[in-house]
Amino acid sequence: MNVGLPHFLTISAVLFALGLFAVMSRRNAIGILMGVELMLNAANINFVAFSRYVQHGIDGQIMAAFVIVLAAAEAAVALAIVLAMFRNFGTVHADTVQSLKR
Amino acid sequence: MTIVFDTLAKIGFFFVLIMGLVVVLIWMERKGAAFIQDRTGPNRASIGGVRLAGLVHPVADVFKLLFKEDVAPANRHAALYNLAPWLVMTVAMSTYAVIPFGDYLTVAGRRVPLVAADLSVGLLYVLAIASLATYGVVMAGWASNNKFTFLGGIRATSQMISYEISMGLALMGLVLVFSSLRLTDIVAGQGDLIWGFLPKWGVVVQPLGFILFIVAVFAETNRNPFDLPEGESEIVAGFHLEYSSMKFALFFMAEYAHMVIGASLIATFYFGGYQIPWLPRPLIEANAGLILTLKLIGVALISMMIAMLFFRRAQKEKGKFGDARDREPVLGAGLWVLVAGGALAGLVLKPWTIGPVGADMVASLLQVMAFVAKVVFFAWLFIWVRWTLPRFRYDQLMHLGWKVWLPLGLANLVVTALVMAIV
Amino acid sequence: MTSDLVFILLALLTIVPAVWVVFSPNIVHAGFALLFTLFGVAGLYAYMGADFIAVTQMMVYIGGVLVLVLFTVMMTRVPLGKRANYGLDRFVPAGVLSLAVFGLLYKSITSVDWGAGHTEAVPTVAEIGTNFMTNYIFPFEYVSLVLLAAMIGAAILIREEKFSEDEPENGETEVQS
Repeated sequence: MNVGLPHFLTISAVLFALGLFAVMSRRNAIGILMGVELMLNAANINFVAFSRYVQHGIDGQIMAAFVIVLAAAEAAVALAIVLAMFRNFGTVHADTVQSLKR
Repeated sequence: MTIVFDTLAKIGFFFVLIMGLVVVLIWMERKGAAFIQDRTGPNRASIGGVRLAGLVHPVADVFKLLFKEDVAPANRHAALYNLAPWLVMTVAMSTYAVIPFGDYLTVAGRRVPLVAADLSVGLLYVLAIASLATYGVVMAGWASNNKFTFLGGIRATSQMISYEISMGLALMGLVLVFSSLRLTDIVAGQGDLIWGFLPKWGVVVQPLGFILFIVAVFAETNRNPFDLPEGESEIVAGFHLEYSSMKFALFFMAEYAHMVIGASLIATFYFGGYQIPWLPRPLIEANAGLILTLKLIGVALISMMIAMLFFRRAQKEKGKFGDARDREPVLGAGLWVLVAGGALAGLVLKPWTIGPVGADMVASLLQVMAFVAKVVFFAWLFIWVRWTLPRFRYDQLMHLGWKVWLPLGLANLVVTALVMAIV
Repeated sequence: MTSDLVFILLALLTIVPAVWVVFSPNIVHAGFALLFTLFGVAGLYAYMGADFIAVTQMMVYIGGVLVLVLFTVMMTRVPLGKRANYGLDRFVPAGVLSLAVFGLLYKSITSVDWGAGHTEAVPTVAEIGTNFMTNYIFPFEYVSLVLLAAMIGAAILIREEKFSEDEPENGETEVQS
């Protein structure tokens, strides 16, 4: 077996599909966030793999670094929202939070 | 294949160093606490009447913990509960992969660098592993299914996240000065002199960074004054409350292993690692014979003096106990006389006529010894601080981390960058 | 051959816990499984010679994001015993859609000629640093602005009206400098 670009792309596709499934099927907001993290990681694997095997540069790696940083920001805000939601509604299930006021 | 054996040998060195230091540190902590509180400390355990000033106690502790019953809470989450102590210990040990403990050692004509894995991102690796330490604690706290362990886990999480940032900021200043993330480069850079007389140690070029870093390391290792995750007066024993027997021993050992790591990091980043000030490696190699001779004479003299002290005690305490303990001073004197004799016997081999190969070995050995000496000193600092300072309150800890240490770290970084740009 | 074995192990370390993340009814299990997946992804980066990204992944994702996720899971006391995370009504459409997406992706991976070559991995840290300060200086500054905004936003969102509390959501600042 000669490990190359298609292998990494396949792993990334599997991760992306799993993440999509989690985002769509989970009711827990934190579970949905985990699915988003999986999808971001899948995209990152693609970035790094393309920069390694196709471009032979490091632009993809820099993009991956930006994605990681933005994922951190996204997680911080999302988790703050989840905590606020838990405080105001007493639940973290995304589909039970339907009213616009407490 | 040789690289595999080299790496295994280095891992073995660190394993022996950490495990040996853990035993010595447990002894040092109890004796040091006793010294600071003006009491005698542990002095009961003995092997055939030989107590070794309490050094037998860690051995006794190990056996006690090994043979104790392993009591576990019924409603635990079994897998995570069992995984947590091992994770804590593994994470504690894995930082050592990137710490250089010497320059290089020439074995059969090959230059073996004395670092297990010389990563180009070694400094980031250290930070990454430091953040992993949280997981074992959180796992233990959650899997035990007890509110006190749970609170300990939560406290550990927020504390470690808060202090990781000031730790990283402090280290970024160091990176600016030595312009490398590779730990061997950082240590090699600290061998220079500023203005011809001041060693270019991290603490000299980054004094504020050093203070930030040492406090952050104390917080990361969960030692007093920041041992809130296990604050026994508030949450009983924190995250390891529900552990007993060997699993508790693993947490206990991991705390000391973390101390060894913290001490090594302080020594590596801010006190020149294996570098001996004003004595760079070429100088050691040029004068290896002289240094070795002086060293042997020094060892002989010091051990003779210790042996004299033991002899005096043996005379004074003759028949004091009337049992096996009377043999102790005599044995001690004999041991130190043997050491002195060994050192003197080494002089017969004419160490001043040592060749270049031997000189190389002497230089490597001296550097490793300098590193270990620094590590032991900073480990003692951990103990010293623990028995001197009171514990912080939780809001004080957060206040210090976010409102004092973070701005100071940013200011340090900016000032360092400005100075580096001007100079 | 060893490197192939390493790749297979890393792929398994990535995929198997990811399946657990998605299907585990217990959200804490999912969180700890995500830890292994992120490790596997970091290993894959290292396998591709992207050492800086691998360590950044470990530091920011594993050391920051996931700690925060677990922290929130524990703070919100999500039902530990109750298995109420799924509804079958969502299961089927989610499964169909994600399978379709995977099929599409896999088809394009296998059918397109990517022109992939095989080269040695190069050391990256210095080059990435230089690029951040030259070609990518604008995105770099922009990202730090986004991080600052996220930090302030998280602190405001989490603040209670009665008393001001220390913000627990700040894993992101370690990359801000």
